Order: sequence, then structure tokens, then C-alpha cells
Amino acid sequence: MAASEIPTASEAARQRAAEFLLHRHHFIWPEALPWLLAIAAFFVFPDRMTIGTQVLIMIMFALSLDLILGYAGIITLGHAAFFGIGAYTVGLGLARLGWSEPISGLIAAGLVAAFAGMIAGWFLLRYRGLTLLMLTIATAAMLQEAGNIRSDFSGGYDGLPGLTFDPLLGLFQYDLYSHTNYIYVLVVLAVVFYFVRRIVYSPFGQALTGIRENVRRMHAIGSPVHRRLVTVYAISAGIAGVAGALFTQTNAYVTLTVFDFDTSAKVMVMLILGGTGRLYGPFLGAAVYMLLEDKLSKMSPTFWQFGIGLMLVLAVLFARRGLLGLADTVWRKLARRGAP
Amino acid sequence: MPHLLTIAVSILFDGLAYAMFLFITSVGLSVTMGLMNFVNLAHGAFAMAGGYVVVSLTHSLGIGFVPSLAIASVLVGIASVPFERGLYRRLYKATDLEQVLLTIGLAFMAIATFTFFYGPIPKSVPLPGWLQGDVNLGFRSFPSYRAFLIVLGVVLITILWYGFERTNIGAKIRAAVDNRRMAESVGINVDRLFTLTFALGSGLAALGGGLAIQLFGLTPYFAVLYLVLFLIVVAVGGLGSLKGTLLAALVIGIVDTGGKYMFPQAGNFLIYAITAIVLLFKPAGFYGRE
Amino acid sequence: MTAALDVKGLNRSFGALHVTRDVDLTLERGARHALIGPNGAGKTTLVNLITGVLKPSAGQVLLNGEDITSWTQARRARRGLARTFQINQLFRGLTVLENLCMTIGERDGNCNNMWRSAGARRAVIDEALDHLAALRMVDDALKLVRELPYGRQRLVEIAMALAQRPRVLLLDEPAAGVPSSETHLILDVVAGLDPDIAVLIIEHDMDVVFRFAKEITVLVQGAVFTKGSPEDIRTNEKVREVYLGEEHRHG
Repeated sequence: MAASEIPTASEAARQRAAEFLLHRHHFIWPEALPWLLAIAAFFVFPDRMTIGTQVLIMIMFALSLDLILGYAGIITLGHAAFFGIGAYTVGLGLARLGWSEPISGLIAAGLVAAFAGMIAGWFLLRYRGLTLLMLTIATAAMLQEAGNIRSDFSGGYDGLPGLTFDPLLGLFQYDLYSHTNYIYVLVVLAVVFYFVRRIVYSPFGQALTGIRENVRRMHAIGSPVHRRLVTVYAISAGIAGVAGALFTQTNAYVTLTVFDFDTSAKVMVMLILGGTGRLYGPFLGAAVYMLLEDKLSKMSPTFWQFGIGLMLVLAVLFARRGLLGLADTVWRKLARRGAP
Repeated sequence: MPHLLTIAVSILFDGLAYAMFLFITSVGLSVTMGLMNFVNLAHGAFAMAGGYVVVSLTHSLGIGFVPSLAIASVLVGIASVPFERGLYRRLYKATDLEQVLLTIGLAFMAIATFTFFYGPIPKSVPLPGWLQGDVNLGFRSFPSYRAFLIVLGVVLITILWYGFERTNIGAKIRAAVDNRRMAESVGINVDRLFTLTFALGSGLAALGGGLAIQLFGLTPYFAVLYLVLFLIVVAVGGLGSLKGTLLAALVIGIVDTGGKYMFPQAGNFLIYAITAIVLLFKPAGFYGRE
Repeated sequence: MTAALDVKGLNRSFGALHVTRDVDLTLERGARHALIGPNGAGKTTLVNLITGVLKPSAGQVLLNGEDITSWTQARRARRGLARTFQINQLFRGLTVLENLCMTIGERDGNCNNMWRSAGARRAVIDEALDHLAALRMVDDALKLVRELPYGRQRLVEIAMALAQRPRVLLLDEPAAGVPSSETHLILDVVAGLDPDIAVLIIEHDMDVVFRFAKEITVLVQGAVFTKGSPEDIRTNEKVREVYLGEEHRHG
């Protein structure tokens, strides 16, 4: 290479490298797909909107878990704690305080859950591994048991029935077919997703990935690791709380089972299925899981459980990055064959 | 006040029996997690399997309860070896999350399989005469089964303690738990050690499962219901520590029994609260390292 | 003048094991100081104590006159104390450019930003590319770290420390694990370091030590055995016995 060529080649290389990082956050057209499908479902399956609404809620819950598990690498089996806090903020707000306006209730639930997440995170995130796992399990369980001790106040496992909320924005009535609910949840999901997407592509989001990939190095470059983890934990808790609040509002009912270990485990399975550390993993995982569960567990709960177990084992052994990861691999293989 | 004393003694006795069950079932998990740093959430499934083997042996083959316990332990212990060799071994270097997911998946598969063969209805075991009713210790009578549990527990603790502290193999295990790389460098075959420990731990879990039938009834869900409890004992006691597991089992067993006696509505709150408090101050448990 | 780094009476024990004994060490601005000693002397432990990975049992660490003994690792790093690890600690699944952007982003507080995406990061990216250009690694910018040969990964490790714009730089065996054909890359970088930075380098290769160091500390069993200029050390009989003797035998 002649001496005069070297600067130009480097310049070009510099530009290319910079471009890659500068434009990574731009929307690409496949991202519209899940939203188009969600809107299409409304028109194509108008009688399945009840399950549709619950799918959207689970997507939101799984998205919140993805932030801490997929991006920050925090392993928790107690995320149902924040789902439950959100659910009960709205439920108790209506049943005990007469707070029937849904949107303000929703926001309050998110804030309460986020605050709880901040407090819990500040204590718990000093630990890792089994210790952290057990502490997260214990937190969710204690909330559930506490609710049971004061079941006169909380409604206990029988729950708080007959929660009727005001029409949305004073205009949209609820209907038996959950049409209003579906659109309501879809809009909230879109708003939440937009925020999550911004966070993930921000420098803060990059730092989370750094913490997940090599926390030793993060400490060494001066990253306030604990503060970052508590921040993302609080945000994630807030989103889980919003999902929980929507759960109560769309079901007009809430019981202590929202705090179940089962709930935490299920959302983790959904996330693994779709693929962790991906924005759209929760969409795919939650949708596939909920729809399969709706069909298969009614046919035979035992086979369904076996299937889930088998799926987990196979996922760990062969498809660590979930369905999206598999799709990636297939896409790349096809692309390679297509190229000359 | 005699009435209070009576209650206290009952709590202590029942708590001790419960603690023995917890210890027997959890000690294997503690040692294997401490030795190989492997999160095994399928441990409860081995206990559950042991319970069902005892059920089959006693009901279908008419073998006595105590011999069935022994046979079940050995069978499950041996059966656990292919799992360790074939499956777990591939994930020793994997992340915590992957180990959690794999073993939970196995637990689910186990639950579904046993539900398929045994059905979801709780099973019981026929006990020999000397284990039924009460045994009179002079100042008081106690349920014979629980007394049996306590005696069995003490015997096993003694055997395990002797095995760990006085034998060659025990020394190797302790060395490997303490510092695996150093143990390997002095020629200890850690892989084989682990298979042995894993089989032993699973066998003990099976024993625990068999003993649990009379205490709690046996359903396939036993595998996950009590898993959290075993994890609590292991985490609170400290991974890889016999002493720690025993202390944690005693604390949890007695406090839980006492709690359920005095404040039944509180359910498991006390247990989780203890877990949280211990771990916040001693994240490695009572006797865990680092 | 205040020393860039001042270590006074540093001690560390693990139970009965006394791994660092009363170590004193001073780095002036622009220092080129080598830390040598036989295996197990506690050199990396000392670096861990200075950087805050370990807390000392006794003693003080002063950075530009400021007592940082009780500070966390991250706080020290933000004050200008950078280190490389004996075994690369990089973000292997990310590109080289992202690795550097991470360092710069944490340094200038960019990583506190949760809202804006790449737009605000142009300056960060440019600075990262500048660092890569200085090492002639711009072509590797978009390669994943784990795809690079170990020697080039080691360069990235050093680049990460330099991107912190440190005032004190601790290099833990920078040439370790690098094939001999690539060692010169590392050595050139070390030789070309900003003269204002105080540099402490742990090394086993005595050629590197004598070429690079203006002052040498010899650590044996956690204590300072002796210190002095390269000439002093080279001619010191006792050092030869304890340490150089091994090297001599291995040629």
C-alpha cells in the first residue's frame, strides 16, 4: 500500500465505524411487524380479545424482566413482587379508597412499584448468585404472606372481586368482549416500549450490557455499578407494576396469587423462550407461551408441563438465545447462501 | 406454668423432627453446590422420586417401610449418576441462569412424568406397628414416627460427620470444596469425587422424600413445593458446610414449627424473614466461605 | 511536589496469611517504575490494594495527595487511577469500538444518559477512534474483541486504561500471554506513553524492565526487598540470588 493511500483508507474506516454506532438505534422496518400483527389481531380475531389482552400484559411484564435479566444480567425469581404491588395498588386503591380513575391509578401503581424496586434493589443488589436469588424469592413470598396475614384488608387468596373502574378518559366504556381493554393495553404497551427502547439504545443501556458482560472491568473504569443496577431495577419494577395494574383493571379482580413463585418462574420461561437481551424477545416469547398454554394446558396439563420442562432443557442445551436467536441463525444461513 | 412448658416441649420435639427431615434432604444439595458451584433445582425431584419408589415398594411389592427407605435411597442414588455424567457435567462452566433453567426444566419434566404414572392425589405409606402411635419416654409420650426421625437424623449426622472429618474421602471432599484448583493440582480426581458426592446427596434426598410421606403426604408437586425450603436451608447454612446445613435446618425447623403453632396465619412469613435477615448480614450463610 | 501515587505502610492479611507487609511505594509525576519479584511475591495483590479491589488491613494510599484508602474502586478510577489486568478483562462480546466507548462514556458521565441515543455520543465515538488511530487499530474497530488474536486484545486492554485519561497507570504484566512475534506492539505502546502519566509496570521480562524503568522495586514474600535504579538492581547480588538467578538460568 502506498504511503499516500493509508490516511484515506483509515478515514474511510473511521467513518464506517462511527456510522455503525451512530445509526444503530434507528427504527428498521421489521420492527413494525409485532405492532401490525397486534392491530390486525383486533380485526381478525375480535372474539379472542380477552386472551389477547392478557398476552399484551404478559409481554409488558416480560419486557420489564428483560431489562434486568437480559440487559443487566440480574437473576431474579421474585419479579412477581412488583407485578403484585402494581396490581394491589390499583385494586386496594379502588376497594379501600374509592380511586376509580384508571389512568391515574395506573401511573400511581407504576410509581409505587418503582419506589419499592428502588428500596429493594438498594439492599439486594449488593449480592449475586444464590444469595440474590433467594433474597428475591423471599421478598415476593413475604409480600404474599403479609397480604395473607391481613387478608381482611387485602382480600387474601379469595381476592378483591367486583372492581369496576371508571370509563377510560371518561369516554370509553368497557365491554364484555374486552375490545376497549385490548386497545387500552396496546396503547400503554406502545408507550412503555418506546421508553424501554430509548433506554436500551442509550449510553446507560450500553453500561448495563457492560455490567452484564464484565462487571470487574466496569468497576475498574469507574462505573458506579450499584447505582446503575438500582436504577434499572427500579425502572423495571415500575413497568412490572404497570403490567400488574393493567392485570387488575382488565380482569376487574385481583388475588394474592399474583405474588406466586409460579408467576415469577413463568415470566422467566417466556423471556427465555423468546430470547433474552433482545427488545422483541418478550413479544415472541410471551405470545407463543400464552397461546400455547391456552390451547395445550386445557387438553392435558401434564403434557403441557412436560413440554415446558423439555423446552427449557432443549433451550439451554441447543438454543440459548431463544426463538429470536434461532431465527437469527437461520436468517444468517439463508443470507450466506443467497450471497455470491 | 406447665401448659406453656408442655407447648414448648412439643414445639421443640416436632421442630427437631422437622429439622432432621430438612437436614437429610438438604445436605446433599449443600455439598454438591459447594463442591461444584452448580445450582441444582432438580434436587427436590430426586426427593420426590425417592418418595414414590418407597410408595411402590411398600404398596405393590409389600416390602416393609424401613427396608423400602434403604432400597429407594440406593436406587435413586445410582439412577442420579447418568444425569450427572450425561447432562449436568456439560453445564459446569455455564452461567448460573443456564443451570437454573436446565434443572427447573428437569424438575418440571419429572413432575409431569410422575403425575402421569401416579396421578396427582396425595399418597401415603403403610407404617409398621412400632412406628405408629406414641412412644412413652417416662415424663411424656411422643409420636413414635417423629421420635424415629430424630434418632435416624442423629445417626446419619454422626455417620456423615465421621465420614467427612475422619475418612480420606471426606478430607478430599472438604479440600475440593475449599479450593478446587488446589485440590486438582495435588492430584485429587474432582470429577469422580463429584459423581460420588452427587449420588450420595441424591440418595439422601430420596431418603428424605420417603420420610416426608408420613409428615406431609406425597404429590408430584413436592419437587418444587419443598425446593424453595431446601434452597433456604442451603443458602442460610452456607454452601458445602455440614455444620451450616445442620444449624440452618435446626433454626428453620424449630422456628417454623413454633411459628405455625403460635401464629398460624403468618404461614411461611417467618421463614422468609429469617432467610432475608441472615443473608443480608451473612450473604454466604452461617458457615459459607467468602 | 506532591507525588502522583503514595503508598505508605500497606499491609494485608488473609487470616494468618500475611500477604502484604509494610509496603512503601512512591510514584512521582511521569514516573516509570517497575515492580518485580518472584512468583507469589504479592505483586498483583499490591496492585489490587492500590486500586481498591482489596481493602488493606493497615496503611494508606494517597493519590495526588488525596487519601483514597477507603474509596471504592470506581471512585479511584474516576480520579485518574487506571489499571490493566494480568488476564484481559474486556467485553468480549462487544466490538473494540464499543469497548472504548464504554470507558469514555463512564469517564465523562455520558453513561448516565438514559434518553438520548447515539447523537450525543459523536464526541465519544470520535475520541475512541482517536485512541484506536494512535494504536493503528482503526481497522479493528468493528471487530468483536473475542475475534482478535490475543496480542491485539492485549492492546485493547491497554487502550481501555489509556481512554480513562489516567494520571496514574498500573500495568499488570502487559506482555503476558502475548506471542513473542507480537510483543513489540505492546512494548512500543508502553514506550510511547504520555510522559506526564506516572506508570507502574509489573513485569517478569528483565529486558523490558531495564529498557523501560527509571526506578525498580523488588517485592519478595509481600515485603519490599529493595528498591533503586536499574543499575543498582542489576548489580545487587542479593537480588540476583532471589530473582534474577531464576531468569539467568532460564536465559
